[in-house]
Amino acid sequence: MSAIVLFMAGIAAIAGWWLSQQRLGAKPWLEEGALGEFRGGSASPLPAAKLGLGVFLAVVGSLFALFISAYLMRMESIDWRALPVPRVLWFNTAVLIVSSGALQSAVIAARRDDADRVLLGLLAGAVAAVVFLIGQLLAWQQLNAAGYFLAANPANAFFYLITAVHGLHLLGGLVVLGRTTVRAWRGVATPRLRLSVELCAMYWHFLLLVWLVLLVLLTGWADDFAAICRQLLS
Amino acid sequence: MVDVHSDVLIGMPPAEVGEVDLYHPRSWWTKYVFSQDAKIIAVQYSVTAMAIGMVALVLSWLMRLQLGFPGVFSFIDANQYLQFITMHGMIMVIYLLTALFLGGFGNYLIPLMVGARDMVFPYANMLSYWIYLLAVLVLVATFFVPGGPTGAGWTLYPPQSVLSGTPGQEAGIVLMLLSLILFIIGFTMGGLNYVVTVLQARTRGMTLMRMPLTVWGIFTATVMALLAFPALFVAAVMMLFDRLLGTSFFMPSLVEMGQQMKYGGGSPLLFQHLFWFFGHPEVYIVALPAFGIVSDLISTHARKNIFGYRMMVWAIVGIGALSFVVWAHHMYVSGMNPKFGFFFATTTLIIAVPTAIKVYNWVLTLWRGDIHLTTPMLFALAFIITFVNGGLTGLFLGNVVVDVPLSDTMFVVAHFHMVMGVAPIMVVFGAIYHWYPKVTGRMLDETLGRIHFWVTFLGAYAVFFPMHYLGLLGMPRRYHDIGETAFIPASAHDLNAFMSVAALVVGAAQLVFVFNLIWSLSRGKEAGGNPWGATTLEWQTPETPPAHGNWGKELPVVYRWAYDYSVPGAIRDFIPQNEPPNRFEPQGAHS
Repeated sequence: MSAIVLFMAGIAAIAGWWLSQQRLGAKPWLEEGALGEFRGGSASPLPAAKLGLGVFLAVVGSLFALFISAYLMRMESIDWRALPVPRVLWFNTAVLIVSSGALQSAVIAARRDDADRVLLGLLAGAVAAVVFLIGQLLAWQQLNAAGYFLAANPANAFFYLITAVHGLHLLGGLVVLGRTTVRAWRGVATPRLRLSVELCAMYWHFLLLVWLVLLVLLTGWADDFAAICRQLLS
Repeated sequence: MVDVHSDVLIGMPPAEVGEVDLYHPRSWWTKYVFSQDAKIIAVQYSVTAMAIGMVALVLSWLMRLQLGFPGVFSFIDANQYLQFITMHGMIMVIYLLTALFLGGFGNYLIPLMVGARDMVFPYANMLSYWIYLLAVLVLVATFFVPGGPTGAGWTLYPPQSVLSGTPGQEAGIVLMLLSLILFIIGFTMGGLNYVVTVLQARTRGMTLMRMPLTVWGIFTATVMALLAFPALFVAAVMMLFDRLLGTSFFMPSLVEMGQQMKYGGGSPLLFQHLFWFFGHPEVYIVALPAFGIVSDLISTHARKNIFGYRMMVWAIVGIGALSFVVWAHHMYVSGMNPKFGFFFATTTLIIAVPTAIKVYNWVLTLWRGDIHLTTPMLFALAFIITFVNGGLTGLFLGNVVVDVPLSDTMFVVAHFHMVMGVAPIMVVFGAIYHWYPKVTGRMLDETLGRIHFWVTFLGAYAVFFPMHYLGLLGMPRRYHDIGETAFIPASAHDLNAFMSVAALVVGAAQLVFVFNLIWSLSRGKEAGGNPWGATTLEWQTPETPPAHGNWGKELPVVYRWAYDYSVPGAIRDFIPQNEPPNRFEPQGAHS
């Protein structure tokens, strides 16, 4: 459970930092009067949707940290046989990086109020994400063809499960990205699109980060690191 | 006075919370059924939770009948007994308490108490309820599928939950896991709302340290639930894979009915870690809203400011953080490195410190207060007693050496019913008696309330207090029929029969409550806007019940904390949060 405990420590650090800005040492019974007289503790200036997405990403992060924890615990057992990594994963990773980059370019264009570039970035991002998902299915197919079935070994099961969960999150993101792209296509004014574009990009960068962590885990690069963690705990 | 008022408003920063575009329902369906108004959603959540809670109550009756009079009721066999235990536990913990505190009270109270017009994402909020309802329906469906609901215990430990010896192995366990997955998805949608509404939609002047403790409790519990429920989600998904697709995440290699099963190498301990990583925070997900609500009930009905408000806030946050590093104290009997046992016993005992601070503060709030023994107050007082009782036995069980012999006895059943069954339910009742006038505009009947209180409180004690003694005798839990055993005296069986009768009476007393809820809806005394003379914002709405959008034209402005009761020199014994300061009042009167 070391991964999730580390993740929670990170969340606790962020929450602690935030709480330290909130004047929790105030003596509210002495502080009568309007807000202007007391600094701190006002509502967050962030748009609600951005804050909501931030909290949601913490939830998704917790979900993946738990999968990783389970993976690290289960891989200790003797029946674990690591998978060969399908080559296509490297291509997929590159495509996902392109997808994330395209959305970032859309964000930059939206800040400059450049409607054409926004649309281009969104479309490129969406297409690249679809290519990534197809690539993931291809990886599944290759593994299946090579006889690495889901139930044959826990390593296989984890590979299919974790990539599926990641893919489903991306698919959910594609729904939102699709709606934003349609709005951009129909010529909704760029300032009104900006928040949506930023939210999509934020989600994409997060899923890219998660994917890179998962890749390190699934390719076995993290084995030595995991072994060190385990020794620390035992 | 008018001058003073405008004087105060100078220097007020411009509204940081823009006026929200409210969704305006166009038809009866979108107004009352597929509503996006948090108040309607709250009532929907509450009614659904209480309805499914009644099912769990009947299940507890059936269990008590079997325990009190073994062999008399031939229609309860061992399999059914296990199914009743499982469904009773699962419904009460997740589908009743979690849904009611967060979905019910959270939805109703957060926007009103922080001065918002509604939740920030009303559409997701509506979806949250409908997915919850779907989860409940899937849960109910397990009673009607072949093989019935799962009988694996509410912890659903593998491998037994997947093996054919356990009732409900065919469809029951699959639907149970699906229902949990749905519940978590639905809850996440609601939970995002509760958190972001508190962070982002507070009205002007509502600093975090001016929020009522109810909001603090629900807010912290929601953050915990958002982070802890994924553990149950992961466990449920992986177990579904094991059950349906033949993977071996949790399933070790087994021989069943002389046949080698297809599973191999899986780790049941892994499931236990995941389950309790959710399961322990879950205790506080239920307890923290109860702590918050009870603080407000005690302060309001004792006409006294809450003692140690800051300490109360810190304790809520501290308990929330600590509750993530104690989960393995549920696994002492699963076998672990003794160093781990020591670590988890220590963290478990440390939680007692902030919890004890809260109990002392409640008692000190009552001390020399102007205590009104209204029904909400009675329930709040009962909560303190029950919670102290359950908390003290928790200190016993937190120690490895004491827990190991007691773990499979009735002592544990008595402990967790006291601390997270009876105690939070006392708060639920107190809160309903307290806020019903705001929700409906009418008071609940006081006499019926008192009858309900005394029967429930004394009855619950009659059921669970002797259970500690049975546990110390060594009476095992989860047994359908104890039979003749040397170490259990005949008197213990008499005690069991007594407890069962008490349980039947307590259950029946809930009908008084349900009758009161329905009867008072049309016949109750008109409540007016603020029947208890409370300070918090929800009692200051222009209309009762609050209209769509809560606040009429303008959002309230908050000038003070939530506990200005019996302020020396003030005209009334309470000053609402949105009342501007009176500059003629002698300075320092509040210190």
